[in-house]
Amino acid sequence: MKSELLIKALVASAAAACVFGVHSAKAAEPLTIVSWGGAYSDSQRKAYYEPYMKQTGVKITEEEYDAELGKLKAMKEAGNVTWDVIDVDSAHALSGCDEGLFEKLDYSKIADTSKFLPGTALDCAVGTIAYSTIFAFNADVYKDNQPSVLEDLFDTKKYPGKRALLKKPFGNLEWALLADGVPAGDVYKLLATPEGVDRAFKKLDTIKSDIVWWEAGAQPPELLANGQVVMTSAFNGRIGNAIKEGKNFKIVWDRQEFDWDYWAIPADSKHVEGAYDFIKFASDPKNMSQQSKYIAYAPTRVEAIAMVDPKIAPTLPTYPENMKTAVTTDLQFWADNNEDLTKRFNAWLAQ
Amino acid sequence: MAYLPQLGLPAYASASERAWRLFFFAFCGLVLLFLISPILIVLPISFNPTPFLSFPKDDWSLRWYEDFFFNDRWTTAVKNSVIIAFFSTILATSLGTLAALGLSRPNFPARAAVMAVLISPMIVPVVITAAALFFFYANPLMVTSQPLLILNNTYAGVILAHTLLATPFVVITVTATLTGFDQSLTRAGASLGGSPALVFRRVILPLIAPGVISGALFAFVTSWDEVICVLFIGSSDQRTLPRQMFSGIREMISPTITAAAAVLIALAVVMLVTVELLRRRTERLRGIRT
Amino acid sequence: MSLAEAAFIQAVDGVPLKIKLARAERKRKLKAVGLVLPLFLFVVITFLSPLLVMTLKSVENEETFGRLDRTREALASWSGQDLPDEAAFAALAADLKIAGEQRLAGEIAKRINYEFPGAQSKFKTITRKVAAMETGPYRETFLSTDAAWGNPKLWRVIQGASGKYTAYYWLSAVDLRQGASGIEQVPANQAVFLDVYGRTFWIAGLVTGLTLVLGFPVAYLLATQPASRANVLMIFVMLPFWTSLLVRTTAWFVLLRNEGPLNDLAQLLIGSRFDMIFTRFATILAMTHIQLPFTLLPIYSVMKTIPPSHVRAARSLGAGPFLAFWRVYFPQTVPGIAAGCLLTFILSLGYYITPALVGGPRDQMVSNYVSYYMNNIINFGQASALGATLLIITLVLYWAYNRLVGIDKMKLG
Repeated sequence: MKSELLIKALVASAAAACVFGVHSAKAAEPLTIVSWGGAYSDSQRKAYYEPYMKQTGVKITEEEYDAELGKLKAMKEAGNVTWDVIDVDSAHALSGCDEGLFEKLDYSKIADTSKFLPGTALDCAVGTIAYSTIFAFNADVYKDNQPSVLEDLFDTKKYPGKRALLKKPFGNLEWALLADGVPAGDVYKLLATPEGVDRAFKKLDTIKSDIVWWEAGAQPPELLANGQVVMTSAFNGRIGNAIKEGKNFKIVWDRQEFDWDYWAIPADSKHVEGAYDFIKFASDPKNMSQQSKYIAYAPTRVEAIAMVDPKIAPTLPTYPENMKTAVTTDLQFWADNNEDLTKRFNAWLAQ
Repeated sequence: MAYLPQLGLPAYASASERAWRLFFFAFCGLVLLFLISPILIVLPISFNPTPFLSFPKDDWSLRWYEDFFFNDRWTTAVKNSVIIAFFSTILATSLGTLAALGLSRPNFPARAAVMAVLISPMIVPVVITAAALFFFYANPLMVTSQPLLILNNTYAGVILAHTLLATPFVVITVTATLTGFDQSLTRAGASLGGSPALVFRRVILPLIAPGVISGALFAFVTSWDEVICVLFIGSSDQRTLPRQMFSGIREMISPTITAAAAVLIALAVVMLVTVELLRRRTERLRGIRT
Repeated sequence: MSLAEAAFIQAVDGVPLKIKLARAERKRKLKAVGLVLPLFLFVVITFLSPLLVMTLKSVENEETFGRLDRTREALASWSGQDLPDEAAFAALAADLKIAGEQRLAGEIAKRINYEFPGAQSKFKTITRKVAAMETGPYRETFLSTDAAWGNPKLWRVIQGASGKYTAYYWLSAVDLRQGASGIEQVPANQAVFLDVYGRTFWIAGLVTGLTLVLGFPVAYLLATQPASRANVLMIFVMLPFWTSLLVRTTAWFVLLRNEGPLNDLAQLLIGSRFDMIFTRFATILAMTHIQLPFTLLPIYSVMKTIPPSHVRAARSLGAGPFLAFWRVYFPQTVPGIAAGCLLTFILSLGYYITPALVGGPRDQMVSNYVSYYMNNIINFGQASALGATLLIITLVLYWAYNRLVGIDKMKLG
């Protein structure tokens, strides 16, 4: 009987602890930081989370997401936001701000906006890295006469084999038009018309049967490594890391699609001050310059760029040589047309 | 041994019947192979020392098992899975057994309709259940527009969701045990002076115990396997083993998923054996012999 | 003794036995109901009511209702064909001013953008503009900012979205939309969902058929072998059944990869590799594997109850082996086939994990789209409408299952 009672008591207290979450009292409140996972989160952990936890004693809990801001919206509507800092891409940095999902930032708590590269100090989000979408190929497959321009990605005669692309219209439609000979300045003008969209899809049609689609940033290097594809679009840092690990991949910088990633604070976060403190720490030029060591993304502060190891610089999207033909994506265009073009894209995929 | 060439056919079977029979055995053999081989094939791959999902060539290693048993991500996932499965099993088994007992009483009103309602969580696609719960858990009390209670991103929420998904299995298994149940045994117990509680403990429980335990096992497995509800309504705090495997495949992180798979297969074997033993016990108790 | 007779008999305390029996009966019934009640309430409260809430969400204008009230009133007398008057513009400006202050303008813009692509940026610009304006004229400001404000279609969309309820999501879920003159089909290059339903049914049907073809003979084998051998063979069926779905999907994922064991084998035998992973083939194969026990087991349990003497009798009466099987044995297995196939078909309709992990973009089923709209696009209305249609289809099939098979015939293991 006694042991039975004991077990009952144990179970009950365990239940209470698990179900209601007993927090041990701590001086600094813990932070939940949401980011993209994989090699990117690894680099953030080494560059920011670990040093910050060491310095302040704040416990950081990491969470991974796949741009699922729906969860944040539901949390906000429910009045229980459990995320404190979130790493967002530029499209969501803008739309999340419009929809009231993020706090409006008080830059006096971070650093003066003039310290950041133009376009990275937004109302609700502050830039953390510059990254780009490039295409890369397996150099074991193409030993000589390697792909060097965007047109090669669409040329299955010269470069036969499967290629992987991101399963979204975003970025792909621009590349399709550019590869079809549209001057960079006219891409969005053209995409705003039905004929332009038709033309982009027609171009994609020419390689459709050779495309494998990827969704998570960690997939492209894996697809290249296991021979599933010979070429793939990817975020440059993921390929950079695979190269560091000894993979014989090469990046083609022609028409790289340049973009930023940002820190944002979810509206109604319970630890706004803690979040600001963390973002301030992560935006410090010295700390910021550390991240490039772990993944080939560039800092967003002028002083930080100067501190990056010159050996690493040529692997970053901001390197002048890499920037020559870079494309900047028009976020407002995508905010307006994403829903529609995504539907069209899905209909096209199903054909 | 003269049995096999006969193919289990009577002596009067014709040659074409024999040929057909041979084909039938071969077909069934292939189907059984199809059922079992994918599961067996991940086992050797989990011993591959290289970080690729292929068979080990010259060497084998336990590195992925080491990762599975000692890496925080995986151990936390296992811990979460155990906690959630444990509580939802207890809840589902109690609720389901009570309901099955009630349902199997003679003359239960609107039995078919009630049963249909109770089984429905098993039928409705889990994504829909998860989506509906996602909205519901944001403000489950629904009395005020500002919620007094929120179940999204909590253990309680995931446990309740899994309880919901698991109860149909308990209801089905326990009801099945009770269909052969002789109600006169209860009356006999009562007429001999046993209180209802005593009759339940000494007469009903031993008889339905195998059904309850296999129902509980089904409930456990339902929760242990479930990933969609965790994806929709859980946060990283409630990251379970299947959830971890899901992102493992999606992001192709490492062959640790094969080690995890191997461990889960071992667990499935244990479950299978337990259920089989229980089934035999029920048959013995009821005096049925096969 | 019938109850009618019992009415005349009295118990010791003078109460007619009929009443006493009825009382006892009622008490027993209450007790039985009391046992079921906790679970019944649990299912109703935490399952059926959320499903209802979700279904309601699919017809509501959550983002806009109550936030465009002034505009709705001002548009009440509008013809719907020409340009609205200054009052309507002023009302919209007033609504947007407030929404802008409460940071709700983005949500409104997003909702309008569903039906009028491009509205998002137009709303954004105009919200910023009217925030700085004290007085009108608003119409000129709107029109000079963007010509689209002169488009009656945009105003019709705004009017439609300002009410509490909308048919937009349901129409959209079946590739229809509200046109200028009634309901019309969406352009072919926007039509996604009917195709997704068709694909879902096709995949579920194919998987059901395959599990039947593969499962029926094995069920027959298991049912006709001596118990000792059948029990051993049963392990082959039950081990997959008890193994985690994720494990089985992982196994197929590993097996079907370009560098996987199956392709290694193909390379060895015929010297070439095939694209198997991320295809319809992979989806069907993995789903068939997962569903096979669900089809097989009900057939098996029906077959177990068919006495072998029936076929023997038919044979002894001169029927050939096939005729005896087809005319005597097979008809008796039909209830098992119906039970197994319906269960597999219903469960297959709701697949999500397997197509997501081993299928390609053309193999994503309704559930995958529900999840996509929920989590990625954050369009809860569309997710709910798609979910509700699938829910209704499932419930109809479930009802059919209940009628044909009977829910209490459902067995596991």
